[in-house]
Amino acid sequence: MIIADRKPFEEIKAMVAPFNRILILGCGTCVTVDFSGGEKQVGILAAELRMARQLEGKPLETVEHTVQRQCEWEFIDPIADMVRGVDAVLSMACGVGVQAMAERYPDKIILPALNTVMMGMPIEAGVFVERCAGCGDCVLALTGGICPIARCSKNLLNGPCGGSQNGKCEVNPEIDCAWQLIYEKLKAMGRLDALMEIIEPKDWRPAGGGGPRKIVREEERLELMEM
Amino acid sequence: MSEFEPIIVTFACHYCAYGAADLAGVMRLQYPASIRVVKIPCTGRIDVHHILTAFEKGADGVIVAGCRIGDCHFESGNVKATKRVQYAKKLLEEIGLDKERLEMYYMSSAEGARFAEVAAEMTERIKKLGPNPLRKEAQK
Repeated sequence: MIIADRKPFEEIKAMVAPFNRILILGCGTCVTVDFSGGEKQVGILAAELRMARQLEGKPLETVEHTVQRQCEWEFIDPIADMVRGVDAVLSMACGVGVQAMAERYPDKIILPALNTVMMGMPIEAGVFVERCAGCGDCVLALTGGICPIARCSKNLLNGPCGGSQNGKCEVNPEIDCAWQLIYEKLKAMGRLDALMEIIEPKDWRPAGGGGPRKIVREEERLELMEM
Repeated sequence: MSEFEPIIVTFACHYCAYGAADLAGVMRLQYPASIRVVKIPCTGRIDVHHILTAFEKGADGVIVAGCRIGDCHFESGNVKATKRVQYAKKLLEEIGLDKERLEMYYMSSAEGARFAEVAAEMTERIKKLGPNPLRKEAQK
């Protein structure tokens, strides 16, 4: 899922400072699961902002709402009336949701309350780690199911590097060396021979090096074909 | 002008603090009238949002009262509440409210005297801090 983190309160407060009535819009998908922008976080942020503004003598009116997914037209179209009635929308979705709102409601100021951080998963309650970098050309078959692009600080395809010390990365001793993990995994599976294969330099175009990416599934499109 | 009598919302766990409050009454112990008890099944039910709502509605202080660590009926509800109270204190600072207005206490249901003591201690603390600045009309 997409993992996000709420921006510092002061930053959010400064963004909404010019407005008197705002919609705080949560998203019911990824950011609900990672506790950054779901219905509960909308309630907490709204209460915080209302109280902080009241203490400043400039009361803020908030409308709270959470849609199932902010990144699809069908979920954000039905809230048009709600959006019309406010000065600005503070979106608690990832960057995709914020942009979807900005595109759908071009006359409205849409503000991001979160920093979108990564694609990852919870490894224990309250701890989220990065697992995929969306490089567009998956190599997990070669690396024992451990991604060297997302989990090696240098994105090395043929690691480890000299900075791997006691299984930890030189960038930060809290980071496991991805290539150490790959080695141990393949060793445990009796597949160490896989490491003898040199992985060729990667084509980074699908990773975004070729500009913004786009996927078209012709079989799903509704437009009629020219026969 | 009479003395400021605070309103302290006390989220009391059914298995300990609520029993302690009851016992304090049975023991005829005097404790300040500022305490407003809200019975909850376990302090683990308490969310940051509940605490913020209490302050937004005008509470001068909030107490979360749960079982002693290790004694939770649901094993770890009080530990979770402790962390949430710490987080809520951080949010109160961001908002501009004194974090001292919020406190977590631990007690068993046999500690009626402890409940009365906590009530007095918190009331004293809140009296020093004054009324919740969010309240439109401070108590006359």
